[in-house]
Amino acid sequence: MIDVTLESVSKRFARAGDTAAVDDVDITIAAGEFFTLLGPSGCGKTTTLRMVAGFYFPTSGRIRFGAEDVTRRPPNKRDTGMVFQNYALFPHMSVAQNVAYGLKIRKVGRADARRRVEEALGQVHLAGYGGRRIDQLSGGQQQRVALARALVIRPRTLLLDEPLSNLDAKLREETRTEIRRIQKESGTTAIYVTHDQAEAMAMSDRIAVMESGRVQQIGAPREIYHRPATAFVARFIGRSNVLSLPVTGGTDDSVTVGLPDGGETVVAAPVGHGLRAGETALVSVRPEHIGLTSTTEPGALPGRVTELEFTGMATNLIVDVAGESVQVAAIDVPAGLAVGDQVGLRLTRERMWVVRP
Amino acid sequence: MGGATVTAAPTAATVPPVTGEPTPSGRDRRPRLADRLSGGASSRWFPYVLVFPLALILFGYVVQPMFATFAESVGVDGVANYTEFLSGEGVARSSLLTSLLISAASVLLCGIVGVAMAFLLKRFQFPGRRLIEAIILVPAALPPLIGAISFQLLYSETGILPRGLQQLFGTENPVLPFTGIAGVLVVHTFTMYPFFYLAASAALAGMDPSVEEAAYNLGAGRVRVWRTVLLPMLTPALVSASLLVFMTSLASYTAPLLFGVDRTMTMQIYINRTNGDLPMASAYASVLAVVSILFLLGMRWYEGRRSYRSQSKGVAAHRREITNPFGKWAALAASILATVVLLAPVGTIALVAFSADGSWTTEVIPSAYTWQNFVTIFSDPKAFQPILNSLQMSLLATVGCVVVGVLIAYAVRRLDFRGRALLDVAVMLAWALPGTVVAINLISAFSTGNAFSFGQVLIGTFWIMPLAYFVRFLPLVFRSSSATLAQIDPSLEEAARNLGASWWRAFGTVTLRLMLPGVAAGALLAFVNGVGEFVASVLIYTSQTAPISVEINNRMYSFEIGTAAAYGMLQVVLIFVVMVISGRLQNGRSASREAARWSA
Ligand SMILES: Nc1ncnc2c1ncn2[C@@H]1O[C@H](COP(=O)(O)OP(=O)(O)O)[C@@H](O)[C@H]1O
Ligand SMILES: [Mg+2]
Repeated sequence: MIDVTLESVSKRFARAGDTAAVDDVDITIAAGEFFTLLGPSGCGKTTTLRMVAGFYFPTSGRIRFGAEDVTRRPPNKRDTGMVFQNYALFPHMSVAQNVAYGLKIRKVGRADARRRVEEALGQVHLAGYGGRRIDQLSGGQQQRVALARALVIRPRTLLLDEPLSNLDAKLREETRTEIRRIQKESGTTAIYVTHDQAEAMAMSDRIAVMESGRVQQIGAPREIYHRPATAFVARFIGRSNVLSLPVTGGTDDSVTVGLPDGGETVVAAPVGHGLRAGETALVSVRPEHIGLTSTTEPGALPGRVTELEFTGMATNLIVDVAGESVQVAAIDVPAGLAVGDQVGLRLTRERMWVVRP
Repeated sequence: MGGATVTAAPTAATVPPVTGEPTPSGRDRRPRLADRLSGGASSRWFPYVLVFPLALILFGYVVQPMFATFAESVGVDGVANYTEFLSGEGVARSSLLTSLLISAASVLLCGIVGVAMAFLLKRFQFPGRRLIEAIILVPAALPPLIGAISFQLLYSETGILPRGLQQLFGTENPVLPFTGIAGVLVVHTFTMYPFFYLAASAALAGMDPSVEEAAYNLGAGRVRVWRTVLLPMLTPALVSASLLVFMTSLASYTAPLLFGVDRTMTMQIYINRTNGDLPMASAYASVLAVVSILFLLGMRWYEGRRSYRSQSKGVAAHRREITNPFGKWAALAASILATVVLLAPVGTIALVAFSADGSWTTEVIPSAYTWQNFVTIFSDPKAFQPILNSLQMSLLATVGCVVVGVLIAYAVRRLDFRGRALLDVAVMLAWALPGTVVAINLISAFSTGNAFSFGQVLIGTFWIMPLAYFVRFLPLVFRSSSATLAQIDPSLEEAARNLGASWWRAFGTVTLRLMLPGVAAGALLAFVNGVGEFVASVLIYTSQTAPISVEINNRMYSFEIGTAAAYGMLQVVLIFVVMVISGRLQNGRSASREAARWSA
């Protein structure tokens, strides 16, 4: 295991005009860490991962494994173990031959290789499957063979590109726990790519949220959820209302904003936010941090229900507050509440947070 | 990691690898030489290392000879040779027109036969349907010369059918003989309708039957459905097939040769060449090349822009059972007739192969039979030499085709480099050029030494023959390799690279290994085509290098028809063996079918 550093890495594809698929990305991944690249489809996750694997070379910037600069090193000299989205198992080899492929290249002795293959297959609960043909395995089993093949070479980093996207929902949850367990056991640095935020949250030590080739925020799952850096992150991780509110004052780590009903409130903000009175702050507040009350309660924002959807655990509402649509997830809803009714919204002040555009 | 130096110990991973010590900053943007050499598909200039020799080969043996031919055609008389194509009464002009006319008529005839066959076999259920489907490509599978000979033996003035009818009706002359252009058209129809048949049946198979049903449901009658739904959906397939048939007819040489139609482009090339007027032969070859290239480009353009390909999900098109009793009997009679017609050419060659030379004069079929022909061609060293020549030259060419064809397919499909489309076009150029033109090109280029022949004169040597076969059949291996490659996920090779394999190793152990069935199918196809080759051979062979087909032609001239047919049987048997093997090659089947579309 080893730490991986991306320094100002950009990638422009020759055919894709001027837009960068990956734009000035700086990431440092600690040895042994489970690090996830998260973002919507097309945001540059795969491109970033493939630069780490050596399948693309960055247009500019540097990639280091530990102290070594591997920026332009070919993929076969990098000693990474990659799990491909479609598994990329060799169809003309048995399970054991697939797993042994990397060992053979590393000239590991036969007895030793056989032992390690058995061990790796055991690790992914496929002991005894070595003689099977690839097409005799289910999707989940193939996925685990791919994982075993990548792990058996004891790579410096494990690279996984949406490895669970071809599995059904239940298997996906089981497998993500497995991957996490195996990664912890082997202590390998892992870089994981997904567009599924729940998966990212559940598995990662840290997450980099990407959008349009840029890193929006890097942080632990809780930090990203509770302290999103940008409006995009706030909306992409879970759901969130991002309200544009006028700034009336503030300190180093908070701002005072005006509310649509004429009141004011103090909202926590990142240190050095730089917002001044008169400017507009973007304030994120999650639907589950908004309570429903009567319109008469002091400090409540008055609004009108425009959509209402019962999901079992909670009721999702969209409430029109002075022309702005606010999402609300309420556990307790007054009996008989219907579209068109007037309600009061109580914002949980300590859960509100100022984000960058 | 530094490849071989990796040990099994997990801690080894943290030891800086031998090849990877941090390079001094400022210089580290340039990869080390060792890394560059194994840089693989991801390094920016690697593709050029692979592509350069391939491009050189294509330039040296396909493109440059074409220019040499053009230079030859204007070298002595300037443009005089070309003005003949424009002036009113000349042979050149009438040959060009005849060639175009024959090609247009061939398209029409093949279109009618091929599309009708596709509809009957894909849409109707009747007795004998499976048998006909199985043998439908047999006439077209024959090598060009032996195929044309079989039609001559069957349908010409001295052919079995006209003479048979003459005897049957007791008339004075053979009944319904095909001569001249009509004979050429018979050969073309029988050997080229598969282009339409295959294209139309693929289009029919890919057509969602519910589209047609929707039209009926909306109240359209049968004619209207045909006009407004079926034909428009078949159009792309029909256009492609038309272009293919037109090109193939234009390139056809054996049919005009056997039916004595001298005024065609290919015959004029041959006649001028044998009369020693190479500049005029070159002018014909250049004109033919230009027309062929135009068709090739037209075909690529058309296939590139054709957008809709209806894909069928669920219900397969059902076949209509023919139920009315009269229809049933008619269908049975028609399928028996079709079976006989389809098998007649091979049957004729087989029959004649056992006839004693000189025994067949005015009878409907030969009167005396013997094994002697086969004994002769195998035991007489002089008679065996052509067989040896063909096998040897064809094998050499096939090896070349495999090495170059596989690498070009890989480069075109998998690598990103400037001029990729050009490489693709250059291979297809070799395919588009008629065999006669390929031969003239090689004659023009290599009748003096040049860089690509290492300064040697190749004309009159053994080497010109395998070279011609290589140029002609490279596209077959390229096509089938490329079709297989399209089915192999590129991430397999990446997985191998990720696990530490060098580019060569990943290519060898994964990509090439998985391509093998397709490559083998293409190689077999190239090999049998080489063994059957006549069109180019006849222009460049010497008495020592005469291949089987040239020997067949010579024997026909000296009326040793039985011996000629015995040689032909060898070619036919070889073809059927190869067809069976290719069919067995798991997943090579689709590749060989793809390649077969492009052969003939
Ligand atoms: N080989 C390529 N050539 C050109 N553009 C590419 C290539 N690979 C990816 N892109 C473009 O780069 C952007 C990022 O793609 P990718 O990294 O695959 O996104 P993600 O994995 O996050 O879905 C996309 O706009 C994509 O179209
Ligand atoms: Mg991706």
